[in-house]
Amino acid sequence: MTMRVAVTVNGTDYARDVEPRLLLIHFLRDELGLTGSHWGCDTSNCGSCVVWLDARPVKACTVLAAMADGRIVRTVEGLERDGQLDPVQQGFVECHGLQCGFCTPGMMMTARWLLDRNPDPDEAEIREAISGQICRCTGYENIVRSVRWAAEHPEGPT
Amino acid sequence: MTGGFGSRPRKEDQRFIRGRGTYVDDVKLPGMLHGAVLRSPHPHARILSVDTVAAEAHPKVRAVLTGESLAKRDLAWMPTLSGDKQAVLATDKVRFQGQEVAFVVADDHYAARDALELIDVEYEPLPPVIDARRALDAGAPLVRDDHPGRADNHIFDWEAGDAERTDAVFRAAEVTVSQDMLYPRVHPAPLETCGIVADFEQISGKLTVWATSQAPHAHRTLYSMVTGLPEHKIRVVSPDIGGGFGSKVPIYPGYLCAIVGTMITGRPVKWMEDRSENLMSTAFARDFHMRGELAADRDGKIRAVRVQVLADHGAFNGAAQPSKYPAGFFGVFTGSYDLEAAHCQVTGVYTNKAPGGVAYSCSFRITEAVYLVERMVDVLAFELDMDPAELRMRNLLRPEQFPYTCQTGWVYDSGDYPRTLRMAMDLAGYEKLRAEQRAERGNGHLIGIGLSFFTEAVGAGPRKDMDILGIGMADGVELRVHPTGTAVLRISVQTQGQGHETTFAQIVAEELGLSPDDVEVVHGDTDQTPFGMGTYGSRSTPVSGAATAIVARKVRERARVVAAAMLEVDPDDLEWERGRWFVRGDPDSGRTIAEIAWAAHSNLELPDGVEGHLDATCVYNPPNLTYPFGAYICVVDVDPGTGKVDVRRFVAVDDCGVRINPMIVEGQVHGGLADGIGMALMENIAFDAEGNCLGGSFMDYLLPTALECPSWELGATVTPSPHHPIGAKGVGESATVGSPPAVVNAVIDALRPYGVRHADMPLTPAQVWRAIQGRPFRTDLAIS
Repeated sequence: MTMRVAVTVNGTDYARDVEPRLLLIHFLRDELGLTGSHWGCDTSNCGSCVVWLDARPVKACTVLAAMADGRIVRTVEGLERDGQLDPVQQGFVECHGLQCGFCTPGMMMTARWLLDRNPDPDEAEIREAISGQICRCTGYENIVRSVRWAAEHPEGPT
Repeated sequence: MTGGFGSRPRKEDQRFIRGRGTYVDDVKLPGMLHGAVLRSPHPHARILSVDTVAAEAHPKVRAVLTGESLAKRDLAWMPTLSGDKQAVLATDKVRFQGQEVAFVVADDHYAARDALELIDVEYEPLPPVIDARRALDAGAPLVRDDHPGRADNHIFDWEAGDAERTDAVFRAAEVTVSQDMLYPRVHPAPLETCGIVADFEQISGKLTVWATSQAPHAHRTLYSMVTGLPEHKIRVVSPDIGGGFGSKVPIYPGYLCAIVGTMITGRPVKWMEDRSENLMSTAFARDFHMRGELAADRDGKIRAVRVQVLADHGAFNGAAQPSKYPAGFFGVFTGSYDLEAAHCQVTGVYTNKAPGGVAYSCSFRITEAVYLVERMVDVLAFELDMDPAELRMRNLLRPEQFPYTCQTGWVYDSGDYPRTLRMAMDLAGYEKLRAEQRAERGNGHLIGIGLSFFTEAVGAGPRKDMDILGIGMADGVELRVHPTGTAVLRISVQTQGQGHETTFAQIVAEELGLSPDDVEVVHGDTDQTPFGMGTYGSRSTPVSGAATAIVARKVRERARVVAAAMLEVDPDDLEWERGRWFVRGDPDSGRTIAEIAWAAHSNLELPDGVEGHLDATCVYNPPNLTYPFGAYICVVDVDPGTGKVDVRRFVAVDDCGVRINPMIVEGQVHGGLADGIGMALMENIAFDAEGNCLGGSFMDYLLPTALECPSWELGATVTPSPHHPIGAKGVGESATVGSPPAVVNAVIDALRPYGVRHADMPLTPAQVWRAIQGRPFRTDLAIS
């Protein structure tokens, strides 16, 4: 049994016939080839799979693809606009906010969401925002700095 | 821009921030099938039967492997990195919960998982060995009855130091202290789990695997030894790796099953373990039950250390370390102190738990050694009622003692320990913190201040002493300089986030005066890189980094000969400045590396015997390990009502010699400090009496988030390594090694008003609360 799932991802419309139990993270990665979002734990703890569903961050390992039907998804591949990096992306480079890079897409999606709601977050607000996600490499320090860099450079790299 | 060292953004970031990295699970080949492993629910059971008929009948299933079917190919068992053997798929018994029993290959991942449900395994449960301290009891269940003639669960005894002399110092000592402590079983838990895509090309007979490997060349050799495929017909690609921390050093049963799967089906097979499989079956770390003792004078001069260790290696001895070191480099348990005598004795045992032991940024068990000695120093300070900083300062090695041969024979290369500790104390405002602690104790507010001073031994290693399965731990490197003056460096070590593509380019840039942007670093593909042992034990910079500096110097010398021909002078008349050779006394006469590279490829007439081109290779056999060190200070607030610990501050001063890219070094230290908080306060893989793993998901195996971590306060001292060509030492594991005792010492220090001298990690609220009550838990077993 399959069902049709139609989703707009990063501004492009997709429709696929998939198993009803298919998870959104697998739909994005395996059906659409958008492998920037990662799968890390199965239990909503690590946040490697964070994408936006209708402009809110969700953990795509615990969302069925079917639940995204008719909705709008944004992933790390949709952060860059017209060849211009999002300030968050540039911040992660400037402040060494990543090492192995596995948690990075999810961290950046949460950071962009935070900055859209709160353009000038302090350290505690940034830590709170990413506290549902795990990074095993950076000890979070440089992720916090990266998000602050993005807050201080809303126009992005110059 | 020319020149190399210094903070600069990483080259590799550009793909990661766009979501364009290529991790193993991103590899998708035409016709690719998917594997899944059926695992044992029992920690110890005899297998009576495995019925795969229903699974094989599943319309999407292409193959089902069992121990029996692997045995027909002589592949049911594989060698471990410690000279033991491990079941690939169980034949006779299962020996830990989560052990591999069958492997399904199907059209997609979901179908493979479905088919696992259709396999019927009949087990006869056996009593398990769960408590390592009972493993050698008469009548304990026998874990490894597959070893002919084996009657108990004993694996090895190993000792270091001088027992007699140590005992004599203890007998004469004014003060002795003793403390039992456990370094609990923990897991590196990289965010990317382990996995493989295996692709066997039947016509050419070539096997290509994309795998989560920290050591692609060593894996190629192992695959050849295990499968019988000739080594030149195996290519191991280790693409982007989502963290390793030692867990991606061994090869795992799932890898071999995928390889057999592709050979049977003729199609590529992907296998990625899920998080529970990762936590329950691959590469745990530690599980060291230690008894430490110190002998000292009443004024705090430490004279000797004595240690007894029981090491729980699980069901198969799969620890990954150099062959002569069954307890890893635990032998540096003498720490950073000037001692008269030392002795340790380590016994390894089998239990019904997952195999492993050496992983999680441990520098081959120096984590355990540093924890032991740093905890013991605080125990001694407790007994003598001395300030732990003063006690350390009194006993630290002095700068003039280097190179220093410690009581177990390790030769520490360089250090100025008191300066580093002083810097940490100044950064922390140590005396002021102590004053605040005293004042607040009166208000019932528990502040703890914990120190640790660590010395590591990293960069394995000298070939005469160090090998893995007989292969010496030297690293090869190749450097090619193109006619237009850009370069390609091919290295054997494999980044899992360490930033090799940037730092190794910086080493070449520094040595040749190029821009790092003009140096491409190729790694992670055995068909494209020279042989070497891989990235673990903080060995990349000490070994391959040295090889890179030396190969660049070889290129420089080749360039000198060519430059001499260009300038029609004797090579001895040339002088080097960054990026160019020039005639001594005539600075305007020089030729840049790019000009020389072009000439080396041109029809310029070269002296007889000069080959042309500038390319060079090198194999580096390190003369010694490098010995990074550091002083850490942790400040915690403890709620006596709930036992909750908040890490308020963490000061870390690291000395890893010359820093190639300080930004990357600091980033690695940050990550290791978070590990320290995790291990000291949160992370634990315990087992219940029935042998159920209690740390099998991130719901149970707790890792620190941004909320548990403070903003790290770093400092640096630089004491170059005298034997490393650029004076660098390893650093990747320093903070993971050095930080847990600082956190634990801080918590115990906070509990001083309750007379608490020790409690085992992890210091969860429950454990701290129990410690306050005077009855801390054994954290390796389930809490009843």
